[in-house]
Amino acid sequence: MTNSAADPVLSVADLRVTFGERTEAVRGMSLSVARGETHCIVGESGCGKSVTSLAVMNLLPRGAARSAGHIRFHGRDLMGLSEREMARLRGDKIAMIFQEPMTSLNPAYTIGSQMAEVFERHRRAGRRAAMDRAAELLARVGVTAPGMRLGQYPHQLSGGLRQRVMIAMALMCDPELLIADEPTTALDVTVQAQILRLLQKLQQELGLALLLITHDLGVVARMAQRVSVMYAGQVVESGPAAAVFAAPTHPYTRGLLACIPVPGTVRRDEPLGSIPGMVPRIAPGFIGCGFRDRCGSAMPECAGAVPLRDAGGGHTHLCRLLPDATRAPGA
Amino acid sequence: MTHAIEVRNLYREFQQRAGMAGERRSVRAVDGVTFSLSAGDVLGVVGESGCGKSTLARLIMGLLPPSSGEVLVDGRSLAGMDRRERARLIQPVFQDPFSSLNPRQRIRDIVGLPLAAQGALSSRLQADRVMEMLARVGISSEMAERRPAQLSGGQRQRVAIARALVLRPRIVVCDEPTSALDVSVQAQILNLLAELRRELGLTYLFISHNLAVVEHIATEVAVMYLGRIVEQAPVEDLFRTPAHPYTQALLASVLTPEPALGIPDVGLGDAYPDPANIPSGCRFHPRCPQAFDKCAQTMPDNIRQDGRLVECLLAVSPPAKREATPGLAPA
Amino acid sequence: MFVSTAARTGWRLPPVRHLATLLGALIVGVAVVVALLAPYVVPHDPFLQDLNQRLIPPMWMDGSQPEHLLGTDQLGRDYLSRLIYGTRISMLIGVMTVVMSGLIGITLGILGGFYGGRMDDLVMFLITCRLAIPLILVALTVVALVGSSLTVVSLTLGLLLWDRFAVVARTTTMQVRTLDYIAAAKAAGASRLHILLREVLPNIVVHLIVVATLEMALAILLEAALSFLGLGVPPPLPSWGLMIAEAKDYMFFSPWVIMIPGIALFVLVMGINLLGDGLRDLLGADLKR
Repeated sequence: MTNSAADPVLSVADLRVTFGERTEAVRGMSLSVARGETHCIVGESGCGKSVTSLAVMNLLPRGAARSAGHIRFHGRDLMGLSEREMARLRGDKIAMIFQEPMTSLNPAYTIGSQMAEVFERHRRAGRRAAMDRAAELLARVGVTAPGMRLGQYPHQLSGGLRQRVMIAMALMCDPELLIADEPTTALDVTVQAQILRLLQKLQQELGLALLLITHDLGVVARMAQRVSVMYAGQVVESGPAAAVFAAPTHPYTRGLLACIPVPGTVRRDEPLGSIPGMVPRIAPGFIGCGFRDRCGSAMPECAGAVPLRDAGGGHTHLCRLLPDATRAPGA
Repeated sequence: MTHAIEVRNLYREFQQRAGMAGERRSVRAVDGVTFSLSAGDVLGVVGESGCGKSTLARLIMGLLPPSSGEVLVDGRSLAGMDRRERARLIQPVFQDPFSSLNPRQRIRDIVGLPLAAQGALSSRLQADRVMEMLARVGISSEMAERRPAQLSGGQRQRVAIARALVLRPRIVVCDEPTSALDVSVQAQILNLLAELRRELGLTYLFISHNLAVVEHIATEVAVMYLGRIVEQAPVEDLFRTPAHPYTQALLASVLTPEPALGIPDVGLGDAYPDPANIPSGCRFHPRCPQAFDKCAQTMPDNIRQDGRLVECLLAVSPPAKREATPGLAPA
Repeated sequence: MFVSTAARTGWRLPPVRHLATLLGALIVGVAVVVALLAPYVVPHDPFLQDLNQRLIPPMWMDGSQPEHLLGTDQLGRDYLSRLIYGTRISMLIGVMTVVMSGLIGITLGILGGFYGGRMDDLVMFLITCRLAIPLILVALTVVALVGSSLTVVSLTLGLLLWDRFAVVARTTTMQVRTLDYIAAAKAAGASRLHILLREVLPNIVVHLIVVATLEMALAILLEAALSFLGLGVPPPLPSWGLMIAEAKDYMFFSPWVIMIPGIALFVLVMGINLLGDGLRDLLGADLKR
């Protein structure tokens, strides 16, 4: 076992989220993130990756209900916390960055006052100290002329700059866990590379535990130490990024990787791999493999309970097939 | 020989009113674009947000009148052409299949609209053509009676493609047709577009921010920056030996699923491209890692050789000692 | 295992609103049926005067007569029959006003919202002008010039109550105009008329239905007000407003003569509004799914 399991910053066991009686968005999700580690949750829309992060923060929308074996932050179970205690953690020791920086910043306030507000609330600091801290962090995330930026409004900044501000804001109270939900999806590719580089650098310097949620396997490959591939509310494959990308074992992961056109490896007039069919709607009480209707290796027994297989080195997958069987060509 | 499509010196300016004072400024969204395509070619147009690629698409589709310049299809100018005639020559596929289909209409009426607008077919023949086209893109006749809300994103995009092709146009303008879709669905749609092009001998203008997708589908690629094509070349040449520093940066920022590579340093500065404030000389020079003193003053010419177009001073006269002027390169 | 539950209310229509919508539909439905079948359901001739039978109280009061369920008015006319004929006038005014003002307002709003520029400036100017016109004063002047009749009242209201239709049609059209299916229809070679009527109109109609119910309720109230002032429907037509006006001298000793048409007016207007709100919720939900 790696030391990530020994002393995780965040540890989630058997998380379930239901939306009424018709939809179960997350079904028995477990994960852990260690200090200085980047854990990526990857999956397509509706797979439950964003709902997982909201459930951890207890920010689920109305109509959703969560249950879990535990959600531990530094050994303390967040499931038993009151909303008030949770609010004290959010933005302080656990910070979040969202996809669209324009909607997560309030257009009516300056960058400086929004950044300072977080610090004042959690640290009971004065405005002066909070502003100094904000300027220091803006400089740290590579914003030029931080003093001037503090007095500006969100609409005066470009998309890349707004996302830098969001990152700086998340770092105001020295968080130990940073949850980033599609932080670069709305950005241009060149800006995305810049922002991810920054995130990686800060994470290493500050020893942050980073839970990165994305649909982009390219981002995952370049950022993650650990990967959890989600499909229909379950982690279908999980393990060290190097192992998962070198030898993906779950048919869904393999299919997903075959779908991505990779520059330099294009064979003209040859179709991309694709996964037929659509993501199913999963109701509570669903049994069996959620991928079976789209899977080339599906068998009748896939409708029953699915075993969790271990390929060694913390690399697991949720499939009837043994790791070696799925690696057979044409599977 | 006439080209399937020829775009001559297309310009488009917008008047923008900034702030309450109503200070007017003009934004050159498309700033002198010229290219031509032979039948069966696919021109991929890539660039970041604000580069004018979507405005270019709307100009070519005739949804927006150009400030100057013209578009010829099969040697005939689209300006002043009857709307029905234009519809037979050129058709669009849009990015968001949720807003490109009228939610109040049935699928068969949506796909039948181009035929109905021609008014040349009996309703029986029209219905046959619609069903034939829907079957070709993989939409069942049962789904033809439904409304868009009852279809998935991928199915809707198939419907949008059927609508675009039902008149058998010469040119299809695809404006980010897969950007709103999940990767597994994106692959299905790309494969479908590639098949249809071969079967029907179509010519595509394929606009995308995703270089990997463009490399997969295009035969020729144009890179746009602030309203101009700064590099255009056959797809293999452009991806193997990008000549323009901007193309190089774009290619470097593509995150392929290869864990060992890490996040690339694209070497671009923070200067954000603003179409309302186009820099003097070469418009890329404030962000260019290879810029030298002449770049700020001299607008580079189009250099055309071996079927490649480059708009960069480095392509004409590389500076004697580039390392001596690091002032514009990022720290 | 911990289970924390966020509020369990889903996106389904809460039952209270559901009931309110049903109630509204019931009231409007009854009003429509009664209005259509008035000549067949009235117990007496609403115009027949009988001075021996003046101001008979309704059935729940002392001295009532079984053949006059709601009693009689100051001229001995059967009050239930007059109320039923009054429904007819209210509904007629409401529907005619909404049809006419809807045609004017929606046309102007769609044209302004879709074409923008000069066309929009013109539409906005017309809306501003209309909002500056004092309704009652204009109606008074018109009646003074042409005399009062059912046609004059509904024409006047129809020509004046289009502003809200225009405002709502304009803003919703501006939202729809930018959507890609409009661009796709243009690229498909569709005519402008097709785009306005088939692509734009069906997608803004939900919002217009709500306006229509509001305007209908307003028209019914305005007609009653005008009739009360003697500027609406001329006697002896049994408009509810007129019934209240004619009854006002007797309300001290016979309060029901004013309460019955008053309550009828209140119930109908509330029913229309409940129905409008409910329809907006139902149709809006339908769009999202």
